Amino acid sequence: MEPTLTVRNLTIEYAARRGKVQAIRKVSFDVKRGEALALIGESGSGKTTLGLGIVQLLPATARITSGDILYRRQDKTGTPPIEIPALNLKGNSLRQFRWRECAMVFQGALNAFNPVLKIADHFRDTAKAHGSLNGKTLEERGKYLLNLVRLDAERVWKSYPHELSGGMRQRVLIALALLLEPQLIILDEPTTALDILTQRNIMDVLKELRTKLDFSLIFISHDLSLAAELADRVATVYAGKIVETADVQTIFQAPTHPYTIGLINAVPTLTGHKDDLTSIPGSPPDLVEMPTGCKFHPRCPLADERCKTEEPESEFAAGDHWVACWHWQRAREALKSYG
Amino acid sequence: MRSIIELHNLTRTFQVKRSTIKAVDDVSLAIQEGEIVCLVGESGCGKTTTGKMIAGALAPSSGAIHYMGQNISALSKTGFKKYRLGVQMIHQDPYASLNPAHTVYDIIAAPLRHHGFTKNEAHTQERVRELLELVDMTPPDDFLEKFPHQLSGGQRQRVSIARALTVSPSFIVADEAVSMVDVSIRISLLKTLTRLKEKMGLAVLFITHDLALAKYFAWEGRIGVMYLGRIVELAPARQLVESPQHPYTQVLLSAIPEADPDVTRRKQRIELRSMDVPSLLRLPSGCAFHPRCPKFDGEKCEKVVPQLTMFDDGSAVACHPVQRMRAVETLRATSLPRT
Repeated sequence: MEPTLTVRNLTIEYAARRGKVQAIRKVSFDVKRGEALALIGESGSGKTTLGLGIVQLLPATARITSGDILYRRQDKTGTPPIEIPALNLKGNSLRQFRWRECAMVFQGALNAFNPVLKIADHFRDTAKAHGSLNGKTLEERGKYLLNLVRLDAERVWKSYPHELSGGMRQRVLIALALLLEPQLIILDEPTTALDILTQRNIMDVLKELRTKLDFSLIFISHDLSLAAELADRVATVYAGKIVETADVQTIFQAPTHPYTIGLINAVPTLTGHKDDLTSIPGSPPDLVEMPTGCKFHPRCPLADERCKTEEPESEFAAGDHWVACWHWQRAREALKSYG
Repeated sequence: MRSIIELHNLTRTFQVKRSTIKAVDDVSLAIQEGEIVCLVGESGCGKTTTGKMIAGALAPSSGAIHYMGQNISALSKTGFKKYRLGVQMIHQDPYASLNPAHTVYDIIAAPLRHHGFTKNEAHTQERVRELLELVDMTPPDDFLEKFPHQLSGGQRQRVSIARALTVSPSFIVADEAVSMVDVSIRISLLKTLTRLKEKMGLAVLFITHDLALAKYFAWEGRIGVMYLGRIVELAPARQLVESPQHPYTQVLLSAIPEADPDVTRRKQRIELRSMDVPSLLRLPSGCAFHPRCPKFDGEKCEKVVPQLTMFDDGSAVACHPVQRMRAVETLRATSLPRT
């Protein structure tokens, strides 16, 4: 089956006073039908820009300077998928793409509500802007979705946003994202700023939704444990590039990129020992004046002359495992002694 | 070893419109010199308010705080100044806690001069360099003339720590000091803090919602779990995480996702009796956790507030069923025939 989303050579730049910020640099990846892909990166990695780029909701200072995004809608009748080149969409067709084909739940979205509108009105607004659902059908669908995300549909439908807790609002946003049955949903930091028990609830809701409904999921986060919990595949993002992509088991058990390895070793677990933890020295690069060669080299214990001058492209490692590093084959062994 | 900070039945209330909420309710705790104690809990549990009262940023509504064995409200002018210098706070937001118009040098020199810790400008310069080296910002000359916006989040937190150290404190309250810093840098910041603690004999109260981080940082110390204003469990860190006794601690630990897909997807989740999160405005009677508690044990839990009781193994739990069970164990143990 063809992937739901195919991104090729996407480059996104921001115009800043100091110069051009290269937020996403020639990024390529696929999202398979029904899969959950985690884009993991820290501040300045470009992961949010990538998400916004897919739905073309970048700020005015940003420009997509090259690349293709192909979205494939699979109608359930078993017919060949309809291909939509997402970057060519404008106006009405773009509005239709957004929410019907691809919906996004933004970062810090707990404040995304209009405080003077009830939740019901938010549903009506969204339906009106992107589709043709209305009246009784809309109400039924809305309440069905609210129940699906484990909310008291009757009560929430009539509530104002301020009457709901953070966790409840996040679930309403997920329900809203599902309104027009998109086949791709993008979540940007869905559990950040939520309490442990609320986070757990959201994760369980997302897991349940994936078994009941048919959609692909991209979630963007800095939280590795979220990826461990929900993802089928994980892509680590650094300085505007995807440096490693693999299925979730491989990423955690056998990562090969020094950044991925460093990141995993930097996260404390409840069961781990304190001596197993390490930090990655230094900090993410200046996105206007990036280092030459591999952007990770100033922080990488394996960096050599080649790393300083030539930026590695994504190389095929095994099965579905891709990595951009000149030394990926020996990285795991070599980095075992670091700590 | 004597205790540096003692909290005796500390309570803090706030007026919210016409109601009173108890953000901190009857908290008693003794922290020894050089000890690390982590206060964990979800938002609204009172951990930050407790930290602020210890640092002198907020006055208690009732109860007492003792510094070096003396009640702070009974201290002389000089004694009180010693306390205010002796207890320093590091805040969560590295972007909000430094004056953007001051250079790193200004920020660290100011308290040195103001409190007379240095005799002249040359001495101040020397001391600022020393402090920057202490927090691993080397070479210090690279940072002296920089403004906060030119530093990364991690570097800003180091400046905050250096600033706190200018007045030679004996106690640091670190309120979510690494939550807004990139994951890959957190451990290195905590390692710096640990090193400083060892070198300068500091005691640290580390406030966080991240239990895995708490276990790591308080490896040799204790963790206190707070719920709706009260400490519900207090025990040596590893012991608390490996053998939690309070049902709330158990629920929290079971809910935390971990950065290991095998561990996290196979975790046994503990179900709560109710998904409703109680508000501080309408505290449940008796044990505040009883409406959600999976170990709910009848009338006593509903009517009587459990007190934090210390056991022989160094743990303390505020839970009726647990206390009952341990009393039975002690009884059984003492009634065993001697052989």
